[in-house]
Amino acid sequence: MLPATVTARRRRGDGFTRLALLLPYAWLVAFLLLPFLVVVAVSLSTKELGTPPFVPPLRLEGGVPRLAPDFGNYAYLLDDPLYAVAYLNSLKVALISTLACLALGYPMAYAIVRAPARRRPLLLTLIILPFWTSFLIRVYAWIGILAPNGLLNALLLWLGWTGEPLVLLSTEPAVVLGIVYSYLPFMILPLYATLERLDPALLEAASDLGCRPAAAFLRVTLPLSLPGVVAGSMLVFVPAVGEFVIPDLLGGTDSLMIGKVVWDEFFSNTDWPVASAVAVVLLLVLILPLLWLQRLQGDRR
Amino acid sequence: MRGLVAGLALAVLCGASAGAQERTVNVYNWSDYIDPKTVPAFQAESGIKVVYDVYDSNETLEAKLLTGRSGYDVVVPTNSPFFVRQLAAGVYQSLDRSKIRNWSNLDPRIMELLAKYDPQNAYSVPWMWGTSGIGYNVKKIREVMPDAPVDSLSILLDPAVVARFAKCGVMMLDSPTDVFSATLAYLGRNPDSKAKADLDAAVAHLQKIRPHVRKFHSSEYINALANGDVCLAFGFSGDVIQAMNRAKEAKRGVEVSYAIPKEGALFAVDVLAIPSSARNVDEAHAFIDYLMRPEVSAQASSFVGYASGNKAALPLVDAAVREDPRIYPPQAAVDRFYTLTPGDAGYERLRTRAWTRVKTGR
Repeated sequence: MLPATVTARRRRGDGFTRLALLLPYAWLVAFLLLPFLVVVAVSLSTKELGTPPFVPPLRLEGGVPRLAPDFGNYAYLLDDPLYAVAYLNSLKVALISTLACLALGYPMAYAIVRAPARRRPLLLTLIILPFWTSFLIRVYAWIGILAPNGLLNALLLWLGWTGEPLVLLSTEPAVVLGIVYSYLPFMILPLYATLERLDPALLEAASDLGCRPAAAFLRVTLPLSLPGVVAGSMLVFVPAVGEFVIPDLLGGTDSLMIGKVVWDEFFSNTDWPVASAVAVVLLLVLILPLLWLQRLQGDRR
Repeated sequence: MRGLVAGLALAVLCGASAGAQERTVNVYNWSDYIDPKTVPAFQAESGIKVVYDVYDSNETLEAKLLTGRSGYDVVVPTNSPFFVRQLAAGVYQSLDRSKIRNWSNLDPRIMELLAKYDPQNAYSVPWMWGTSGIGYNVKKIREVMPDAPVDSLSILLDPAVVARFAKCGVMMLDSPTDVFSATLAYLGRNPDSKAKADLDAAVAHLQKIRPHVRKFHSSEYINALANGDVCLAFGFSGDVIQAMNRAKEAKRGVEVSYAIPKEGALFAVDVLAIPSSARNVDEAHAFIDYLMRPEVSAQASSFVGYASGNKAALPLVDAAVREDPRIYPPQAAVDRFYTLTPGDAGYERLRTRAWTRVKTGR
């Protein structure tokens, strides 16, 4: 009796494992791959006045399917340096924001790991606490802080550090500030997870072998925490490149980002094919550094 | 924003409770564009449940309409270029005049203008109208330049003049149709021109004033004007009047006003229309007919600060609104209003690109 039950249980367990493995794939296909293929199809369509406002690349003509992809939308992107400028500017803003998040987040994650164990849950809760308020409201709050008649300028004027209100809002630094503020927890949490797993014995061994604390950090802690650095940087960099809300609310005339270009093409120009082409290129621009980072991480292991 | 959220919540609640037998009408209107008493009064009188939802830009409405099945029965697009190109895309169905008894209340002046784009007014009726023009902080403008030409586009488009206001803050609509047409009017060219040479001239001119513009955005200037964070804005009349009222309520010493440019102003009529995919066509007609009652239209005009497209409503509008020349301008100003016709796809692409170039200074 017993062996049969065990076998049955194991068989059931196998089925469950397979199902559990299948779920993430099914999820990715249904909610990432299929929508992306739709976007690719629209990017190869021809703009037309109608509902929907484009002619799809694959259509039935007299019952015969005909494939007529329009690559003109991609050619259009190459045609004008504007798009390249917007991509580069988005990458620049995202890169600066990621580095700033790293510079702020690493010491914070390190400090939490080093804090007494009973205080860590509280410190982690404080990191996550801002998420309890709507993202939009938190970004709006920055308008109230940075505006010419806002809180920060009122403070600077009161302290006498400035004679007249500074232009802080509607600038690129304001966009970077907004991104760093919004995405900092995504940097801290993976860093905390890797730093926490670090065996303290390694640092003791380094110390025993005559390594000073600063050198031990650079030669032991930092290399071992690289997976956390890479994970945190990706979690900040990738959404920051395509960010639309923060530049729209905090940015000014000088911070053109690709998210705004997609919005303009889609809504102002009702040019869904070009908007989709911009989005497809954005995905490619994002995937390349991602693959590079992943490879970097693989090599380390 | 708060109106938007409340409207969405209301829409969800109403949607959930609407029974199968019940007559409903799905209305999609601008936020803060109706008297809050109107919808409950219509429901009580007609027994038709109103599922009321709101948007804050023509672009949002258009994206939903162009997907084909928006689910809405009554929408309120701006006549041109939005309604006109949606009409060409086959988004709307013609109105059944036998179901709209209040037709005769409409303002013939506006009907005539709309008929240029919608022959015989077959597909749309006017709801409210406004202009795009100059919003300004009265005290700050006087401080910087006592003789500032507040009623002229030169305050925004003369590089030497607008430069003086750069420090106290200038914002402009993020709208190529409004800004290019105003620039052409200022340059003495045809605001509705579709010629590339005119577009290039407008871009070249706007490059000269762009360094003094803090931001191009279509709604942020409402709060920025009301809080005194900017002193000058090129915006929609109704929105500037909203900023004016907010500043008055806040009692922080900020005084906002609006001026219709003497060079002419873009005349924008928001129209009521029924999408071809609407499923409650009779109810949609009943709702539109109700909105065209003089007292209902007058209440809305008094409440939102836009001018009614309903002639019979005029005597019933609050005197403070009716006698405000910024909302109901004198005939001399109306004579200088202009409207825009939609361009072909090539021109619209060109214009979008030109606009991005203006905004980024390239």
